[in-house]
Amino acid sequence: MKALSQKRRHPLAAIALLLMGLLVTGGLYAVAGTVNEAQATTTTYSAQDIEEGEKLFVANCATCHGLGAVGAPEGAHGNQAGPSLIGVGAAAVDFQVGTGRMPMQMTGPQAQQKPKQFNEEQTMQLAAYVASLGAGPAIPEEQYLDASEGDPAAGGELFRVNCAMCHNAAAAGGALTRGKYAPALAGVSEKHIYEAMVTGPQNMPVFSDANISPEGKQDIIAFLKTIEEQGSPGGNSLGSLGPVSEGLLIWTAGLGVIIAFTIWLTQRSS
Amino acid sequence: MSASTSSDTYQPKTNLGRVTNFVDTRVGGSSIVKEFGRKIFPDHWSFMFGEVALYTFVILLLSGTFLTLFFDPSMAHTQYDGSYVPLKGVEMSVAYASTLDISFDIRGGLFMRQLHHWSALLFVASVSVHMLRVFFTGAFRRPRELNWLVGCVLLILALAAGFTGYSLPDDLLSGNGLRIIDGVIKAIPLIGTYLSMLIFGGEFPGTAIVGRLYVMHILVVPALILLMIAIHLFMVVIHKHTQYPGPGRTETNVVGFPVGPVYAAKAGGFFFIVFGVVAVIAGNFQILPIWDYGPYDPSPVSAGTQPDWYIGFVDGALRLMPGVLWGFPFEYVIFGGFTLSLNVLLPALVPAGILFGLMFAWPWIERWVTKDTREHHILDRPRNAPFRTATGVAGVIWYCVMWAAASSDLIATHFLVSLNDVTYWLRALFFIGPIIGFIVTRRICLALQRKDREIVLHGRETGRIVRLPHGEFIEVHAPLNDYKLHRLVSFESPEVQPAEPDANGKISGTEKLRGRLSRFFFEDRVAPVTPAELAAAHSHGGHDEVETAESKAEISSR
Repeated sequence: MKALSQKRRHPLAAIALLLMGLLVTGGLYAVAGTVNEAQATTTTYSAQDIEEGEKLFVANCATCHGLGAVGAPEGAHGNQAGPSLIGVGAAAVDFQVGTGRMPMQMTGPQAQQKPKQFNEEQTMQLAAYVASLGAGPAIPEEQYLDASEGDPAAGGELFRVNCAMCHNAAAAGGALTRGKYAPALAGVSEKHIYEAMVTGPQNMPVFSDANISPEGKQDIIAFLKTIEEQGSPGGNSLGSLGPVSEGLLIWTAGLGVIIAFTIWLTQRSS
Repeated sequence: MSASTSSDTYQPKTNLGRVTNFVDTRVGGSSIVKEFGRKIFPDHWSFMFGEVALYTFVILLLSGTFLTLFFDPSMAHTQYDGSYVPLKGVEMSVAYASTLDISFDIRGGLFMRQLHHWSALLFVASVSVHMLRVFFTGAFRRPRELNWLVGCVLLILALAAGFTGYSLPDDLLSGNGLRIIDGVIKAIPLIGTYLSMLIFGGEFPGTAIVGRLYVMHILVVPALILLMIAIHLFMVVIHKHTQYPGPGRTETNVVGFPVGPVYAAKAGGFFFIVFGVVAVIAGNFQILPIWDYGPYDPSPVSAGTQPDWYIGFVDGALRLMPGVLWGFPFEYVIFGGFTLSLNVLLPALVPAGILFGLMFAWPWIERWVTKDTREHHILDRPRNAPFRTATGVAGVIWYCVMWAAASSDLIATHFLVSLNDVTYWLRALFFIGPIIGFIVTRRICLALQRKDREIVLHGRETGRIVRLPHGEFIEVHAPLNDYKLHRLVSFESPEVQPAEPDANGKISGTEKLRGRLSRFFFEDRVAPVTPAELAAAHSHGGHDEVETAESKAEISSR
């Protein structure tokens, strides 16, 4: 009996099997991971989500974006009520709908932020539907959204080189041409910051993974959250708007108080 | 204090008295105190902005001295290892790192930095307001023209002090500002590039500029400011202070309080008030958060990059200047492959040149046009010099349009308008704003003068309606008391001085221009009420009987 069993299984078989199992699992995970990253997310949503998303889309978005999200027909001057959404990906939907920019309150140079109109589930269903129309950037993975894991110093450098020219070095926002603007970034969630970078909403350029790596994006998020949490060490930040608000304060409040004192000092008792 | 400084006749009784007498007999202190202590200064709140400027300058010297103890003006590279986490390990210059250390690692450093910067803003602001007061009240007229020049130089030195200081921390904002200066220097034809290389010690930004600006900022400019302040105050003592018109105030006296003791105490107290106000601001409001901007790096430019307020008008002029106007480019390559950048050169130098040129020359322009070379120690009320007030307001509006243009981006985002529209409107206002301002201000001044005449001749409206026995309704006018009357009638109003031929009987071109300017300024002047007019107004019949009866009753009831 002993000899038979010994013939049947080599002493190292268990270890070999374990190794093989680990390799297969790891390899599969790696393959699945890369597929997931490249393909964006067509696979993670259920058919029911997509179906519900389509219903919501037809009821709320199709007026401008067209049935099937192919975009509105071009008008006389090449204006388009809403662009095609095929290939914009789930991240774009999650950002635009999740921050309340879509459905758009009114046409204008730029979609204004407003209280969001859809709950989390509906937003997810809309994202599922749009993602099903064509591959695009997916909703970012949780691992890159943890600000505490990022390096705020490295993020600060990336932010100043890539973002500060529109969003201001202190992320207080800034003006663009013809009524467009880059909004202030305080209070924007980690997920939405990431999604904005990969989808380039409104007038923002797309910062793909080749441009700023996911780790770099995480560093930027870490930087933004750090400066948001630390507040302003020197007192009231005056909106972080720089010398303009400082000059305004000294000319109004500063000189105003001084003038009040001068009047008091030169007052006569009569 | 003894009237005589001779120690033979005066024997002090106390120890302090002996020490005082010892010093006094050797330096003659009592005669200085006697002279200055009895110096009379008229009391008016608008006379105190010069003091504010002086006091903020003292605060600047004190806080600046503190900062020099810790600031290292070196552009050598270093890696930040201080306590500000979002910049840990970032490559930066030693100057920037030491400013961060002042802000975060040196006790009281951030407060002192903010105190220094806020008082710098208040310094230039109070200098400006002081100059506006001097201008609009005509205090620059003979004998004070030279002191006006010294004041103008002080303003330029204040701007220089501010700008050199602004550029020291080597943060992104100051680097951007320096880059604009570099661009302006390079736009100067022929010598621009060489000049830039000379100033920056090579290609921008180089490794020398912070050290060079530091020397300017802590040594040369403050020394010049101190010298100019000394000359300025010396001349104030020589000329004596001007005063507003009023009963008993003449061109040959000064009505006010002596320096000692009350005025000196008030002025000393005012120093601490100014210090306190700036300290409260510095303790509660953040200024130039260099840690937000990051170390200077020539590639990024942050949105909302502006200079401090006093350089804003130059920045605004640059923002307003179009690069191409109706197909006409302002930048082109001239012979020999040189680039002529009029789009930078014109806005950077021309408006500032015109503003400062007119400012320096104004006392002489006014003297030339009015042919008034007499001494003036009584100030004008702005309404009584409509031409000057209107010209001043036109200049202020021109300045403010450029100033506003420096914040065009913030106007756009905060008032939800298009940045382009803001620029277009400000471009239009750049040209028509001063003209409208001139016309409107002059009309307002003339209207106020007519109103003054009306009040002098017919009294103040009391709001009381009286029905006369025959049924007529009149409003009772009360005459002014003599003090108020004096203020409204005792002013000078220059008249048109037509162009006059010279000794050869010819009218030169400049004289014609002078004549035309004189007509333009004074042709619709409102003359002050003469005693004869006043007497006539008070004696003519009709309702004046009631008026005088009413006013007598009112005066007696007072």
